[in-house]
Amino acid sequence: MRKYIYILLLCSGLFAKAQENCNFTLTGKVIDLHDDSVLPGATLIIAGFEKVTQSSIDGTFAFTKLCEGTYSIQISHPNCATQAFKVKVSGNTEKNFRLEHHLEELNAITLNASIYGRKTKTNFEQKITEKQLDRYSNGSLGDILNTLSGVSSLNTGNAVVKPIINGVHSSRIVVMNNGVRMEDQEWGAEHAPSVDVNAIGNITLIKGAGSLKYSGDAVGGIIITEASKIPVKDTIYGKTLMSAATNGRGGILTSTLTKSYQNGWYGSVQGTLKRYGDYEAPDYVLSNTGVFGRNIAARIGINRFDYGVEAYYSFFKNEIGILSASHIGGASDQVRAINSGIPLIIRDFTYKIDAPKQDVTHHLFKIRGFKNFKKLGKISFQYDFQQNNRLEFDVRRGDDTDNASLDLTLNSHTIRLDLDTNNTDLFNLKTGLMTQYQENIANPNTGVRRLIPDYERINVGIYGIADISINENWLVEFGGRFDYIHIDAQKFYRTSFWEDRNYDELIPDIIVEEFGNQILTNPKLNFSNASATLGIRYTFNDQYKLFANYSLVSRAPNPSELFSEGLHHSASRIELGDVRFNSEIAHKVSLTLQKKGTVFGFSINPYINLINDFMIIEPTEIQQTIRGNFQVWEYRQTDARLLGVDIDASLVFTKNLNFFHQFSMVKGYDRTLDLPLIDIPPVNITNGLVYQNSNFKNFRFEVKSEYTFRQNEFPDNNFEVFIPETNTQELVDVSTSPDAYHLLHLNSSADFKLSKTSMLNVGVSVSNIFNTNYRNYLNRVRYYADDLGRNFSINLKITY
Amino acid sequence: MNTYKFSTLVIITLFSSLFIACSSDDDAPVPVNEEELITTVTVTLTPTGGGTAITLESSDLDGDGPNDPVITVSGDLAAMTTYNGAVVLLNETVTPADNITSEVQAEAEEHQFFYTTNASLDLTTSNYDLDANMNPLGITFDLTTGAASTGTFTVTLRHEPTKPNTGLADAGGETDISSTFTVTVQ
Repeated sequence: MRKYIYILLLCSGLFAKAQENCNFTLTGKVIDLHDDSVLPGATLIIAGFEKVTQSSIDGTFAFTKLCEGTYSIQISHPNCATQAFKVKVSGNTEKNFRLEHHLEELNAITLNASIYGRKTKTNFEQKITEKQLDRYSNGSLGDILNTLSGVSSLNTGNAVVKPIINGVHSSRIVVMNNGVRMEDQEWGAEHAPSVDVNAIGNITLIKGAGSLKYSGDAVGGIIITEASKIPVKDTIYGKTLMSAATNGRGGILTSTLTKSYQNGWYGSVQGTLKRYGDYEAPDYVLSNTGVFGRNIAARIGINRFDYGVEAYYSFFKNEIGILSASHIGGASDQVRAINSGIPLIIRDFTYKIDAPKQDVTHHLFKIRGFKNFKKLGKISFQYDFQQNNRLEFDVRRGDDTDNASLDLTLNSHTIRLDLDTNNTDLFNLKTGLMTQYQENIANPNTGVRRLIPDYERINVGIYGIADISINENWLVEFGGRFDYIHIDAQKFYRTSFWEDRNYDELIPDIIVEEFGNQILTNPKLNFSNASATLGIRYTFNDQYKLFANYSLVSRAPNPSELFSEGLHHSASRIELGDVRFNSEIAHKVSLTLQKKGTVFGFSINPYINLINDFMIIEPTEIQQTIRGNFQVWEYRQTDARLLGVDIDASLVFTKNLNFFHQFSMVKGYDRTLDLPLIDIPPVNITNGLVYQNSNFKNFRFEVKSEYTFRQNEFPDNNFEVFIPETNTQELVDVSTSPDAYHLLHLNSSADFKLSKTSMLNVGVSVSNIFNTNYRNYLNRVRYYADDLGRNFSINLKITY
Repeated sequence: MNTYKFSTLVIITLFSSLFIACSSDDDAPVPVNEEELITTVTVTLTPTGGGTAITLESSDLDGDGPNDPVITVSGDLAAMTTYNGAVVLLNETVTPADNITSEVQAEAEEHQFFYTTNASLDLTTSNYDLDANMNPLGITFDLTTGAASTGTFTVTLRHEPTKPNTGLADAGGETDISSTFTVTVQ
């Protein structure tokens, strides 16, 4: 193939006519077609003239002493398929070339992949590469993100892991999976993202509203996962990964196969099977905590220089057991469970997953096309359909034993149209439209009142983001977004609740029909949300950069905040929403100072997030029922302040040995009540030593220490309850945070070449080496059981 | 593929998705009546020697809703008397009311009723009916009063308790019913 390119170049080069004025320059940049990152080290040859140059570290190149005429330029780069371009030079010409920057995905030991596209220009971003992902193949998305500074997780047991970014979670975090905003009922505190980590190529984390392109309501941040890039060349390659672990006595098997052609067509299939039995704490089995996960994904498309189309489908199914001992029937059970110190239900190890459990299915289909227009830029269009079905099974009686207590299906259709005018480096504009239709269907056959009602939701959004390079040092980015959200719900209220809340006087007009002790209402809600960002990036020199960003974010209340009304079994509390809520509005200012260096590097990121009308759920009273007493948690709106700092640092001792450090601290306050916010991550410090020898099987050995402090600031939500067996009032301590803990982990791996094109990577790791007993403040089952004990795991990865 | 094809694809997809979006119907959903809901606990105490039965009833028609259970005790118990006790659980949000006691009876091995009193009330319960494993179930029982006194009498139903057990303290399981009555023995 390369031969033909040369011939073509030679022929066309001959037609370039020599002119009298031969003192022109051709300058520009070599850029990755996909993510606009610059490509240093590309070789540019003007065919027929023996002129050769290389792009510099910032991707720029220059040819001098050119005559007027048309030239053929051949550009090659170690990670790209060689391409030929035609350029007309008349006067000093500037021209950027876009290459398919792909090939590195093929070979796991090529260059260190530091060239990544940025999602925003004035927000500090954190990346997780495919290699790092492979080390966590048996974990969840939340587990992996947990390794970044500023990210912790809200857990329900160890399989339901929801990321917390800078102190906030759930609807305040947007997950963009392969260009699709995940609509997986993320409003629930025990609803983990429906994403298989093995289907992901890399993850970018933006703490803050960051890119308004994706959403205007990411109060906490945006998690962007992307599929691996596929090279434009004739090839077939794959990866199979097997992992086995002692804790949970299970493992995963995942495999990816990709075929691509020189003409741009490609196809890829991926599948994952994950099976674990009951996990174990250091001293006992955590009964009913098994996991059974399945995922398949396929994509097919054509990727050319100026246009491309891709269709993608993925199916995700995850069955997760919830710790049996955490399923309790009221405050007196809660006292017993908390005071017991160990889980009240400990059974022998089993793979069986019983109620209480979750069974989540997520279908995602997307079709995306883009076209580059020379004058305008890149226009892309995307349609996606998602269906998320969530089944939650409780311990039930009689005919309902095998019937789900919660059965919600959320269908979402989204259309996006985006324009990215990546024409010059000085001024860049991104703009687009988004429209979404959503429909939630609550199955009435559960025999349990709908936790979330049937509703339809329409969202229309429009955004624009521009960045201007003022000079070499300064870059300014600003953007705005407007979203209109309409919710049309069919909500049944208990008549007693309706009257207790005075809704019969405040909003009587939404009543549709009365059925005995229930009232059918039709709330129609509209929210008009504005969001904006303003950011600057100042480059001191090659080493130091400063990012400063202000963002205004508006988030409409989610269905749980609006409509919750009833007993939440997994939390053993009655949860009440409020249909009258308005949008919460956050102002976040974030600063990052970054130093890159070959020996010492760091980033320090202080931030403040002031959130008005912050929706928070907190205990208000004790509700007597025939089942005993329950704590009532009501959503209310208040003003909150989150203040924190995240620090990363790394130090290279020798060529093979380096040290890394992470520190995260966040303080959250309710400004109205002047009290700490609940579920704010405690301060944590991670330190690690990595030995890596690329001359010896790419051997890597890592020791990591994690120290989590005790959360000393928490609201006092304790309450007293009557205990019939002792006839006493007892305090239910649901507030006090667990003690600080220290965990030590080991991780090592080595590469073995199997053949010219295939390689085996063997990884061995031990987590919680000392089998430390600990409880995590952010784990919702911490009242009832210790967290995970020691785990040995082995990873075999074959790339071929 | 050229621009024309691309835009055709865009248009087709747009229209097809709009079609899906508009095809939803506005049928009113049906109300869900809680199937396992227990609204009413009635303990009937019939004197073995004949006489008027005493009923203790706790009724909470809005389930987990804001209204507290309504507790009624039909009268005082006589001192030094034995009563035959029986408990009935109903879901009165449906008509006719669902008898939940029969569901409990059907899963007798996974349920147990407990009757507890505070120190000031002088009465004891005994002779509970049994499940298939000959462990107490407690739908029927005997109640024997002592001297005149006043105190609390609590009916507790545990789902999936440890059986056998020595009482509430080591029974475990999940509380399905916990109703406390103020009772006087005269």
